[in-house]
Amino acid sequence: MGKRIIVDPITRIEGHLRIEVEVEGGKVKNAWSSANMFRGIELILQGRDPRDAPLFTQRSCGVCTYVHYLSSVRAVEAAIGVRIPDNARLIRNLLHGAQFQHDHIVHFYHLHALDWVDIVSALKADPKKTATLSENSNNGKWGGSAYFKGVQERLQTFVDSGQLGPINNAYWGHSAYKLPPEGNLMASAHYIEALRLQSRTARMHALFGAKNPHLQSLVAGGVTCVRSLTADKLAEFLHLWKETQAFIENVYIPDLLTVASFYKDWGAIGGATNFLCWGDLPQSEKEPEDLFLPRGWIANRDFQNVQMPDQEKVTEHVVHAWYEDGSPKHPYQGETKPRPGDYETGGDKSTWKFGKPQTGKYSWFKAPRYDGESCEVGPLARVLVGYGLGKKEFKDVVDSTLKKLDIPAAALFSTLGRTAARGLETMVIGSAMEGWITELVENVKNGDTKTYEPWEMPDKGMGHGLNDVARGALGHWIEIEDKKIKNYQMVVPSTWNLGPRCEGGKLGPVEEALIGTPIADPKRPLEILRTVHSFDPCIACGVHVIDPDSNQVYDIKVL
Amino acid sequence: MEKEQKEFYEKLESKGVSRRAFMKYCTFVTTTLGLSSSFVPKVAEVFAAPKKRPPVVWLHFGECTGCSEAMLRSTYPYPDDLVLEILSVEYHETIMAAAGQQAEDNLHAAVKKYKDKFVCVVEGAIATKDNGIYGRIGGRTFLEIAREVVPKAAAVIAIGNCATFGGIQAAKPNPGGYKGVSDAVGVQPVNLPGCPYNPINLVGTVVNYILMGKVPALDAYGRPLFAYGKTIHDQCPRRSHFELGEFVTEFGSEEAALGYCLYEMGCKGPETYNNCPVAKYNDGTNWPVEAGHPCIGCSEPGFWDNMTPFFEPL
Repeated sequence: MGKRIIVDPITRIEGHLRIEVEVEGGKVKNAWSSANMFRGIELILQGRDPRDAPLFTQRSCGVCTYVHYLSSVRAVEAAIGVRIPDNARLIRNLLHGAQFQHDHIVHFYHLHALDWVDIVSALKADPKKTATLSENSNNGKWGGSAYFKGVQERLQTFVDSGQLGPINNAYWGHSAYKLPPEGNLMASAHYIEALRLQSRTARMHALFGAKNPHLQSLVAGGVTCVRSLTADKLAEFLHLWKETQAFIENVYIPDLLTVASFYKDWGAIGGATNFLCWGDLPQSEKEPEDLFLPRGWIANRDFQNVQMPDQEKVTEHVVHAWYEDGSPKHPYQGETKPRPGDYETGGDKSTWKFGKPQTGKYSWFKAPRYDGESCEVGPLARVLVGYGLGKKEFKDVVDSTLKKLDIPAAALFSTLGRTAARGLETMVIGSAMEGWITELVENVKNGDTKTYEPWEMPDKGMGHGLNDVARGALGHWIEIEDKKIKNYQMVVPSTWNLGPRCEGGKLGPVEEALIGTPIADPKRPLEILRTVHSFDPCIACGVHVIDPDSNQVYDIKVL
Repeated sequence: MEKEQKEFYEKLESKGVSRRAFMKYCTFVTTTLGLSSSFVPKVAEVFAAPKKRPPVVWLHFGECTGCSEAMLRSTYPYPDDLVLEILSVEYHETIMAAAGQQAEDNLHAAVKKYKDKFVCVVEGAIATKDNGIYGRIGGRTFLEIAREVVPKAAAVIAIGNCATFGGIQAAKPNPGGYKGVSDAVGVQPVNLPGCPYNPINLVGTVVNYILMGKVPALDAYGRPLFAYGKTIHDQCPRRSHFELGEFVTEFGSEEAALGYCLYEMGCKGPETYNNCPVAKYNDGTNWPVEAGHPCIGCSEPGFWDNMTPFFEPL
């Protein structure tokens, strides 16, 4: 048996995640992903007013804020049977587009970059050479030797203070860091720029959504922000969008390509097999036909053959999760009989392991499967589906990126491909936002300020909202009875990506992706972080539906 | 002092922040704190980077990280100023580079080195049922970590409704037995509730502490009076519509477009203490009532149970 490595906590993510791997001959031979927290939001929802569900479920996550709000309000609307006005669709798309821009910029620079960028090495860089590197990357105003010198001095002062704070005790100097000092300085400078920019990007949410995080302007039937449809607010939104999109095109994408060019070997590490997208960003009432991000399912990496998925083929498995054993079930029929986790705590950390990782239970996440298969969801899945369907917006950027990096399409199935796909879709979605702003302005110009469609709460109803959000495919399912929530279910991106093994023993996508990863130094497993972070894990929203008191079985009819 | 001030403003300008913009912000903080304008220069001094940055240990428990995100939306000071020049963030899972064993080592080293000297910011509620098995970090429960770290801090600041009052996971039936810091650990923090809290109020609390050398005056729930001393209703720009009996009774209606009072739509402003109408969110851009949505009472204890259904009038 190989050497066991446990990384707990995985930092630079939302929530509490533990990853365990077995290393043999310098490579990962086996892997286990464990979600470490349970909150129980779906259970808390039972018996409440359906109108309140979006506000509750939005609190699933404050990093991917807005997305559960959106999915939930769509599920409620499906259950009560209301169609929202065009302006509400446009405002929701704009808020969602801004969320993609914000979330992906923050992920690349603040949650992922330090897996590739050695901040300490940046102190050794020549600012002039950095400026040349940056010019070659077309960074525009975010460059120049004086600028990089200033950043370097600031970092030096910080390091000299001896109070290293967030950069203390990391894997600096690790042999897997490949960027030259100048590359490290350029990326570090833009880490700081992005930190500032994101607070401005988030103001787009405040304009039509009251505040960020946790917006407060969606209601079943539309949006409440009718008074925000003024020239000054629309102009401010447009200005903030332009500023953000300029950063994406001139800094994020060039940085991504520069960093990627030093890590091409990661185009053969960290891939998964199957991919699922519900699709999102409706261009009209026709769904899924008119979704800007198309719906699709790819089996065995065959992206030339994108199939249309059906939500009825979704099941959740519990044999390796902290629940009593049961057969795989559709979310609407889900049984939840919790059996709290029992991995050892305390004592010598090197002896920690999950109960019996091969057959035992090791996570609060259930294991979702589509047609019995584990599926990667998120940016790579969306880009592959868009590319496979020949959608121009995706085809152009993917082809030009593959050409620039001089790598084959097969390299997309990797950690590098996943991180690159996230950047590319940020640019594609960001570009599309301009059209929605223009449509909204035209509507207002023509005197159409309708933002809400009235409706009445039925005694009974069922509905689901399928979305594709920053981290991947998201579904909310609701059943209403006596005007109250009878049952509520969420199947979220991070359970797809970071869930445990299923009944057939098939690994979850992150577990599968970790296998074969080279580990240079088991005490400093930097390479594990690269692949785990490339999925942008978000743990708080993934754990739900559990009733430890009654071990209640939820009987829900299939639609 | 003059030289230092000059250097400070030069540094600000080199980072694209004009002296005028900075003073505007200090005036804003001073007003938020309810201080007279003569305090503005003193507030500015507080932000002039200290030589030894105060150590901060930021703990995450049962939460959504929305309060950390809110802090990152701060514009004056920008988050990079906070991290590089104002504070020494010793432990913060969302931003720290170290992971696993190295991250845990950082926490233990900071708590030992700065015992009785660090500021402990707590985000998230603490699971207490079944010995807290519903939330663990590095193999230890939230409860164990909180009991070990929180009492060793010089000051404890609980941010967001989760760390203060248990938040959403403590809503009925509270399956994990989640509690806020004071209930779970028995230490009374400065409570800055909200979902998320407004980062301006954390800045205000810290400025108050440095200026006055003490924790600001608190209400019975541990909330600073400068931020939570008045109801939303008393500060609401739509208050005159309430007095005149002009109410919105349906979203999207003419009354909604006219900005009438949202009381009939379920606004919880009359029973909610917070400074949203004055401070607003995201650099003073907006707040819920201005976006046409009723207040949901998110700075009050147990609001997920006591203020729901959200769309029914009080």
